[in-house]
Order: sequence, then structure tokens, then C-alpha cells
Amino acid sequence: MTEYLLILISAVFVNNIVMVKILGLCPFMGVSKNLEAAIGMGAATTFVLTLASGSSYLINHYLLGPQLSYLTTLSFIVVIAGIVQFTEMVVQKTSPVLHQVLGIYLPLITTNCAVLGIPLLNVQAKHNFMESIFFGMGGALGFSMVMVLFAAMRERLEGADVPVIFKGSAIAMVTAGLMSLSFMGFSGLIK
Amino acid sequence: MLSALLVMAAIATVLGAVLGFAAIKFHSEGNPLADKIDAVLPQTQCGQCSYPGCKPYAAAIAAGEADINRCPPGGEEGIQKLADLLGVEFKPFGSDTAAPKPKSVALVDESMCIGCTLCIQACPVDAIVGAAKQMHTIIAAECTGCELCVAPCPVDCISMPVIGEKISNWKWKYPLYAFTAAEAAEATR
Amino acid sequence: MRKLHHFHGGVHPPSNKAQSTRTAIAHAPLPPRLVVPLHQHAGEAAKPIVQAGDRVLKGQLLGMPDGFVSSAVHAPTSGTISAIDMQLVAHPSGLPNLCATLIPDGREEWIAREPVDYREHSSADLQHLLRMAGVVGLGGAGFPSDIKLRIGKQKITTLILNGAECEPYISCDDMLMRERAGEIVQGAEILRYMLDADEVLIGVEDNKPEAIAALQQAISASGSTLQQNKRHEVVTIPTIYPGGGAKQLIRVITGLEVPSGKLPTDIGVQCFNVATACTVYRALAHGEPLLSRVITITGNVRRAQNFEALIGTPITELVALAGMLPDTSGYIMGGPMMGFPLPALDVPMVKATNCIIAASGKLFPPPPPPMPCIRCTRCVDACPADLQPQDLYWFAQSREFGRAQKFSLFDCIECGACSYVCPSHIPLVQYFRFAKSEIRAREHDKQLADQARVRHEFHEQRIEREKREKAEKLAIREKAAQSAKLAGIQSLTPQQQAAQTELEAGRAHIIELAKSEVEHVKE
Repeated sequence: MTEYLLILISAVFVNNIVMVKILGLCPFMGVSKNLEAAIGMGAATTFVLTLASGSSYLINHYLLGPQLSYLTTLSFIVVIAGIVQFTEMVVQKTSPVLHQVLGIYLPLITTNCAVLGIPLLNVQAKHNFMESIFFGMGGALGFSMVMVLFAAMRERLEGADVPVIFKGSAIAMVTAGLMSLSFMGFSGLIK
Repeated sequence: MLSALLVMAAIATVLGAVLGFAAIKFHSEGNPLADKIDAVLPQTQCGQCSYPGCKPYAAAIAAGEADINRCPPGGEEGIQKLADLLGVEFKPFGSDTAAPKPKSVALVDESMCIGCTLCIQACPVDAIVGAAKQMHTIIAAECTGCELCVAPCPVDCISMPVIGEKISNWKWKYPLYAFTAAEAAEATR
Repeated sequence: MRKLHHFHGGVHPPSNKAQSTRTAIAHAPLPPRLVVPLHQHAGEAAKPIVQAGDRVLKGQLLGMPDGFVSSAVHAPTSGTISAIDMQLVAHPSGLPNLCATLIPDGREEWIAREPVDYREHSSADLQHLLRMAGVVGLGGAGFPSDIKLRIGKQKITTLILNGAECEPYISCDDMLMRERAGEIVQGAEILRYMLDADEVLIGVEDNKPEAIAALQQAISASGSTLQQNKRHEVVTIPTIYPGGGAKQLIRVITGLEVPSGKLPTDIGVQCFNVATACTVYRALAHGEPLLSRVITITGNVRRAQNFEALIGTPITELVALAGMLPDTSGYIMGGPMMGFPLPALDVPMVKATNCIIAASGKLFPPPPPPMPCIRCTRCVDACPADLQPQDLYWFAQSREFGRAQKFSLFDCIECGACSYVCPSHIPLVQYFRFAKSEIRAREHDKQLADQARVRHEFHEQRIEREKREKAEKLAIREKAAQSAKLAGIQSLTPQQQAAQTELEAGRAHIIELAKSEVEHVKE
């Protein structure tokens, strides 16, 4: 039980995929202008990542085995693409507004390096099924948490008196860098 | 080699089946993006965007044929609203559309009107009252200031006075305060 | 001892009321001319029913109420109307508005006044009488009182009279309560009768002991005329600004909170100013429409005091009575927290004018320049409406009006407590007023755009329908012509038929030639 908790805390805080591992920056920068969009994107990515890490473990362990291990990346990408397409259909049906707001970033979850990175990290760390699921869920929760925090900060930045050359993405990058620095404070959390 | 191909084919088939099933189960109608864009446009129906009205312009934006910076009555704020709605970058007015001007309402000079009804046919919101050989007049509350009636008038009797500031439409101004004593003296001079 | 409650925040500015309460209410003499604006109340302006040159009596109707939320305007004295035109009025914009200028003849001839006994009339009849008497709220907002007396489904348990007068410098309600407590109590009973309330609570701040004593005396003296089982009580409330705000007063006295976007009547309470109660009494029991009010002239003047002045008196006259001083830098209408600087001194006094403060360099030194917000949240601690002024300021200054509305911008009562405590001297209320007027203008534009869209869609449908009808008519006519032709041919003799066919052939030949000619020319 404690291992799962440790994996969860490690994935959310200590090894946060965005702030520490610097993965998944595309939707992080692109969807964080608006708090509702950020929450929606976080939820969609959580759904995709949990399913992806679970199914990629199953495929890697049972279907590919040690002989076809060179097919790992290829099969993971195919599975992720399918899951993202499925998620897009679900989102369009349940919330057309969210689908409109997320726009191109919803299919771009396929190319999100975090969504491919987490299953590959699972393979590298030789996690079992439950550990993979927890690692995937934790990574996604960490991603969502950081998205929401960053979106809140960007909403406040909109009203700030930022110099013209820094307006928009530039000041957002600077803020993200400072956030990343602050996440280094978690580094000694788990011995 | 064969096993690799078989495995990939198997994965692809399973996924294809799942997606096909999902496409049918989660099928949704086309999105009413044009309506949402039309809700943001100022409804002046002036045609300055080179489309015959706000709805055709909205449809063109939704189809990706028109740029978002073609509507002068909406002003820079209108462009910003369209940019936020569509998730694209703000684009200032180009050189091919007129610059935004203050809102005006049409006024018929009744001493010159000949009752030809050409302006009545031109008005896109039916804001002109009149009949053949009878006096024409503008319903000021319904006029959008599109200026489509000015051109057809054969005696040039329609003018576009700007809506002045009255107590009923007066707004508080953005607070600006002098930062130094010198600026304050300059302001009161 | 009645249990009192608290509202969040509030500040304690120095009250500065002693200067103007030294003498009794003085009667202002007739000025040489009166300028009566037709829009002195919330809602639609009154429609003028007199013309230049008309002779009017005191209390005669000058403007009819126009629309649901509107009130009447009357001639404050007898005289001649010299003009109905645009005059400078007391508005922060400095823009003019439609006014009736009256030259008094000095005779003070009344119209035929018709007092009524309120107990013999229904509430609806009395509401109409008050509307035609021009009775509006005299606390500052000028909302027509007859609208506030309409009862909905919710039973009104408590009628609160607002005698708090929390803003510094203003003392007109204080003096009114000291000198005319009897009329106020009578007016309160009329209002209670119209609302069918169970009790009347008059809230007075504890810095007005004479007013409290006078009201208590008036209540016990009028015990015979008040209904026995209905309680009238004077409630002493602690002195804090803005304890006189309607929602704050209701909270302190009853502990009930008026929800955002709702009215006090939705929780069974209604609130009127004490001066309004006095006016209601005079309007019904004496048949006198609202023609005058008590106004405080204070600040940098020789003798600060309260005057009973006619509506439409130019403020120059009143300030001259109080003794103008040369080093006056400007004049404020209202109090120092919520008032605005007058565009000019030669503006008329209206029903909502409760105080004129003459400012000077010593009394009102120019404010230091505003500095950036340091998010100290002193404003949040002071806000009586439980809002977050620092966030509202942030959104207002960056023009993010949607977010400002989400943070309940329209619940702000513009009391000025936040600006008072701000260590960076940011004029917060000016930002909120700017944001509110921008949002209102945008909503107005959106309404016009929606109207235009509907009209345009109808215009398109009308054109379609006309085209269709024309096409249908044409089709019917062609069909009729065809059948007539057929019928016509059958009634001809064979020779005539042959002649007809020849004619048709000739026609067709000519058309062929013409077509080929045209084509030849085209080439």
C-alpha cells in the first residue's frame, strides 16, 4: 500500500512531469490561458494517461513480450492515438463547449510527450500493472494540478502591467520557469 | 518478423473496432460555430466586411474563408472577442477595411425628401417608415448606423450625425490622476 | 435591550457634524428664479405639461410621470414659467438636462390641496396619490416611493426607517428628527399601514441623542393614533460608516442579510429614509406634494447650518445665505465619501440633494498621487458588502469586465470605505463606477444588436415572402391567360382559326429575324 502512495506522491510532486521532467509543455503553454479550459484539458489528459499506461503495460507484457520489445514505441503510439480519438468523441458528445474551447489541443494529446513518456518510463522502471496505473494516474494528476495553478497565474497576469515585449507567451515562459524552480523544493521529499 | 506484423495488425484491428463502435455510439451533430460568431458581431448589417450582412460574414469566418479583422463597427474589442472565441491571435485592422468610427444614426432632411422609397428598400433592418410619394423618416431607436440608405437617395437628403453624449448615455471615465505636482498643474491649466 | 448584529467592515471617519447642528433649521427665502429639472428621480424623466409663459400655482403639476418607474414634478411656488429648456444640472458629467425655469411672483398661492385620511383608502390608491405627489426617496437615490410600497407575495414583517445618517458632515436628517419627530412617526404609521407590516423600527446612530429622545417622545405621545398591537420602536445603533446603507442597516437591526441581486422585500423587510416618511405624511394628511426639503450647507462657509429650501433653488443662493468664503476651492454635492464635485455652483437643488460641502485647501487637501496596489487587503477588511475591492480594482483597471462581474461588482454600494483606508491612495470607487458604466453600456449595445438581428431576419423573411407571393401571382395569371387563349381559340370559326395561325406564324418569323439580327449585330 505504501509503495502505491509513494509512487503517487513522487509522480505528483517530486517528479512532476511538467515541472521537473519538462514533458508535456505543448498543452501546458497552449491551454493555460483560461482556467476552465485548463481544468478540462487536465481531466482529458488524466483519462487518456490512465487508460494508456494500463493498456500499454498489458500490450507490452502479454502481447509483445521480450522478443518484440522493439515494437514498444510503435504500439504505444498506436494505442495512444486510438484512445485520444475515443476521448475526443466522448468530449464532443458530452460537452461541445469544452470541445470548442480545447480546439486543436485535444487531438494534440496524441503528440504530448508526457503521454508517450509515462508508459515508456513504466517500461524502464519495470512497474507491474497496478504500479503502472498509479504512476500514470499520478503523473496525470500532477499535470492537471500544475495546469490549474499555471492557468490561475496567467489569468492574473492578463491584468498586469507587463512591458510590451514580454506580453503573452514570453511572460508565461518566465513564470513557468520560476514555477519549475519552486518545484525543486520537493526534491528531498522522498528519501 | 511475421509475429511483429501479426501483433501490430492485431492491435490495429482491435483499436479500429473500438473506434468504429465509438463513432456510431458517440455521434454528434455539426457544431453551430457560425451562430456563436454571429452572436458576437454588432449586427449593423452594413456590408463593410464585403459580405452581405453579419450572418454571411459569420459563416465565412466559421468556414475559414474570412479574416476576423474585417468588421469596423465591432471595433478592436470585437476583433478581440472573435479571437478569444476562436482561440486565434488578435489581428489589428488591415488596410482593406474602413477604420472604426463613432456610432451615428441616419437623419432624413424632410424638406428635401421626394418620397421615392429607394432608401426604404435599402435598409436591412426596416428602420425607415414611409410610402411612395409620402414623407420618409428614420426610426432612430432601430437604426444601426450602417449607412446603406445614404447612397440610394437621389436627392442626397440623408445625413449621419454622430450620437452625442447626453446624461442618459454618459459613462464614467477611466480614472486618470496626475502623478506629480507638475502634471497636476498642467491638467488644471 | 434589543440584540443588535454587525456587518463586516466599516470605517470611522471624523463626523464633522457639530458645525451644522448648532442652530435650528432655517427657512430659505424665495430666490429670484427656480430651475426645476424634470428628471430628479430614478427611472424615466417626467413629461412636461406646461409651456413657457404659463402661470402656475404652488404645488401645480409641471411634469407627468412617464412609465412604470417615474414620478411627478411640481412647481415649488406660484409664478410664471419663463422657459422649458436644457439647463446645467447637478450631475457629475456637467451635461445639461431638460428643466422648467420658474420666476416666482412672491404670492406663494397654493393649488387646492386635498388631504386624505389614509385609513379610508386602499394601499393602491395611496400609492397612486404618492406617485402624483412626486414623493421619492430623500436619502440620496431618489427612487419613486410608490414602487417600494408595492407588496409582492412575501409578507413584510418589519418596516425600518433609516435615521442613521452615517456620512460625515451631513446633518439634515438629524435636525429633521429633532424638530419634526411627530410628523416622522405619523408618516411611519402610514407606511406601515400601506405595507401591512407588523412593526416599525427607526434606526438612529448613537451620536444623535437629541434625535433619539425626540423620536421616543413622539412615539409615546402619539400612542392613541397608532395601532395598539403594532410596535414602533427607536433602535440605537453604533456609529460606524456606512451603517446607514439600506442592506447594512437591515443586517444590524434584524440580523437578516439581503441576498445578492435580491431586494429587501424578498426577505420581508422594507427601508425608507426618515425624511421620506415625513414627506409621505405631508403628502397625504396635508395634500402637499414634495416641494421642499432640508439641506445641509457646511464646510468652508461662515455659518454652517441646515435650510428648508424649495426644490429648484440655485445652490449659489443657499451658499450665499450660509456665507461664502473666498478661499473655497470647490463644492461637493453629497457627503465627502459618496458625493461628487459640482460642475458649477449655478446648478439647481433637486429632491436628492441632501448636503453641499464647500471645500477648501485646508478641509480637503488634494489627495496624494495613487501608487500601485500592494495587496495589503485593508480594503477587504473595510468593505461592508463582503466584496474584494483589490480584485475588483485589478479587473477594472485592466478592463476585464467579465471577471469583475463574476466577483460581484454590482453588489458594490460605492460607499468609499475601501478608498478611505487604501494606503496607496487608489481611488477605488472611481474604478468601480467606470467598470459599472462600461458594463451597462455594453449590455445596452448587446440589447440593440439583438433587436437589430431580429429585425434583419424579419426583413429577409419579408423579402422572401414577397418574392414568393409575386411568383405565385404570376403563375396564376399565366395559367389564366393560357386557359383563356385555349377557350378563345375554340370559340373562333375555322376561317378565323386559320387567320390566327397565320398571324402567329408571321409573328414567330419576325422574332426569328430579330434574333438573327441581334446575333449578327453582336458579332
